[in-house]
Amino acid sequence: MSQVAEIAVDVQNAVKRYGDFTALKSISLGVYHNEFFTLLGPSGCGKTTLLRMIAGFEDVTEGAIFLFGTEIDALPPNKRPVNTVFQNYALFPHMTVLENASFGLEMLGKSRAEAKARAGEMLELVQLSQFASRKPAQLSGGQQQRVALARALAPSPKVLLLDEPLSALDLKLRKAMQIELKHIQRETGITFIFVTHDQEEALTMSDRIAVMSAGELQQLGAPREIYEHPQNRFVADFIGETNLIEVTISEVADGRAKCRIGGGHVIECDAPGQASGSACLSVRPERMVLSAGNASGIAVPARVVENIFVGTDIATWLKVDGGPEISVRISNSARSTIFEPGANVFVNFEAGAARLLMD
Amino acid sequence: MAGGGVQKGRGPVSETYAPVRYPLLVPAWAVLLVFVAAPVAMMLVYSFLTKEFRGGVIWEFSLAAYDQFFFDRGLFGDEPPRIEWTYITIFWRSIWQAGLATLLSLLIGFPTAYFIATRPKDTRAIWVFLITIPYWVNLLIRTVSMRFLLREQGPLNDTLLALGVLDEPLRLINTNLAVQLGLFYSYLPFMVLPIYAAVERYNFTYSEAAADLYATKWATLRRVVLPAVKPGVIAGCILVFVPSLGAFLAPDLLGGAKNFMIGSLIEEQFKGNAGNWPFGAAASMILLTLVLIALLVATSLQRRAEGPR
Ligand SMILES: Nc1ncnc2c1ncn2[C@@H]1O[C@H](COP(=O)(O)OP(=O)(O)OP(=O)(O)O)[C@@H](O)[C@H]1O
Ligand SMILES: [Mg+2]
Repeated sequence: MSQVAEIAVDVQNAVKRYGDFTALKSISLGVYHNEFFTLLGPSGCGKTTLLRMIAGFEDVTEGAIFLFGTEIDALPPNKRPVNTVFQNYALFPHMTVLENASFGLEMLGKSRAEAKARAGEMLELVQLSQFASRKPAQLSGGQQQRVALARALAPSPKVLLLDEPLSALDLKLRKAMQIELKHIQRETGITFIFVTHDQEEALTMSDRIAVMSAGELQQLGAPREIYEHPQNRFVADFIGETNLIEVTISEVADGRAKCRIGGGHVIECDAPGQASGSACLSVRPERMVLSAGNASGIAVPARVVENIFVGTDIATWLKVDGGPEISVRISNSARSTIFEPGANVFVNFEAGAARLLMD
Repeated sequence: MAGGGVQKGRGPVSETYAPVRYPLLVPAWAVLLVFVAAPVAMMLVYSFLTKEFRGGVIWEFSLAAYDQFFFDRGLFGDEPPRIEWTYITIFWRSIWQAGLATLLSLLIGFPTAYFIATRPKDTRAIWVFLITIPYWVNLLIRTVSMRFLLREQGPLNDTLLALGVLDEPLRLINTNLAVQLGLFYSYLPFMVLPIYAAVERYNFTYSEAAADLYATKWATLRRVVLPAVKPGVIAGCILVFVPSLGAFLAPDLLGGAKNFMIGSLIEEQFKGNAGNWPFGAAASMILLTLVLIALLVATSLQRRAEGPR
């Protein structure tokens, strides 16, 4: 990107308290225009709360929210150029699919004909034209989900908020809808703020992800960056699978740290600024390989405990001598060697694959 | 925010899962027979009998009661029949009065019910209880107190005069307005309670969705809330309109002779020696027919509100 991207939604030090319970503890983040932005975190971390604050259903206890540079805290929901796809869809039960989809435009003062025409286009976009005159109760869950999407897209909002829109769908439909959503987002160019607690969904769909936990922002970045360079133990553990190995840092020099694993084996890797004392090493299972002999790079001696078949891969569980249990992913192909339980092997990985995490 | 992921529809209970056990229905049928069918049948029969001058009937078929209701055949009954407007007027006035009382109850009852239903869960029961407290007192006594309140030298006028809002006392007693107020006061809870029940069941996520789609508060109420709670509103209107139509306490005590309503007309036919039982029965049958028509209209509206199933 040559020029600085425009910021669509800017959340500045937003705090949300319910009585003496603090749901959001000073969140700051900026969402770029045309971006597919995801709020990811476990249940109860405050994703819905933040989304509802942007939509205007909850007021901001402290801090401020800006929409394209304008503070919107004082605007009621019906004055914000933002639309929501609700988790339970909240389709108006007494209206037909078409009436649902044209509701927003009618409320904006468009003529009935114009609203219906545009709503019809939106239904076409989500491939539901043939259901236009049905009532929501006569649709399947996936179809209702798409009506909710069409209804929220019809008024051409500047920002679309989606609160776990796919969580009620079965896996196959979910995957199909993920692709469809991403496609629609590219086509319409609308900024999407998407809430999910499914890390895989977040990784596949997002331009950038904000990882949240217990009302705090843990890390903000592109999927790959978050996956490969988690900033703390929570992010490393929550995103994908990882081995978290407790280590003691014995020496730091030139941005490299010498870390000792329980049993005494010492590993050298990149150190973050304030590395000292005890820390945690995160290594992804697919970044490690097993070998019978001592290969180059890092090699930690371990004994095979168990092999678990998981389709495309085999997960091998190992016990590091005097240290933790770790898992290694071996591709399930003819070329891979599988070690039987009880075999003594070396776990090899490159120094770059290990992330040293201080908290 | 309650509710599952899928919009639920209230489908009819399948016959297979609701087996009808006839012996269990005997009490219900017995009650309907003794307290509904038998009195109505008796009334129907009486309306076609000949009147006895001291009240009571002679068992002889006659259409005189209906004839008297609809036609005027002169003092001696020998002139060509003309339409008799007296009773039709009374009926018409009753419908009007009951309709206005229902409208008044709706205008006051809906916001009240909405207010109660949107209070925190644990305080709603208290509000409902407060609404029903006056109704522990006998209707006659309440209506008499209303008369006392509305009198020319009553507390209402005294207060308004003392505050300087009025120069002269309002003449409220013996007016149509007094009757409407009386009916409104008599039956308000019948409006509030069904609407309250409907609003309480309403899922307020729909209101959020409407606001999200740029609807003002008013548009949300009109386009989303009202259609959803319409069955409760219709039930409330029926429950106020029907008893108002046949009421005689409020019209008698607050309306005076000029504002006679059906209830009073019928009551008079069965009171003392001046009564005319077949005529009273005929008037009742006509009232019943009107009520049934009103109910049919209301249920068809309701069915349309609930949409195709
Ligand atoms: N109205 C409320 N009053 C009090 N606490 C609330 C209220 N709404 C939410 N909370 C609390 O705020 C926290 C964050 O809730 P929120 O709904 O934002 O979680 P979430 O991240 O969306 O979780 P989920 O993935 O389960 O939907 C929770 O601990 C919740 O109990
Ligand atoms: Mg949530």
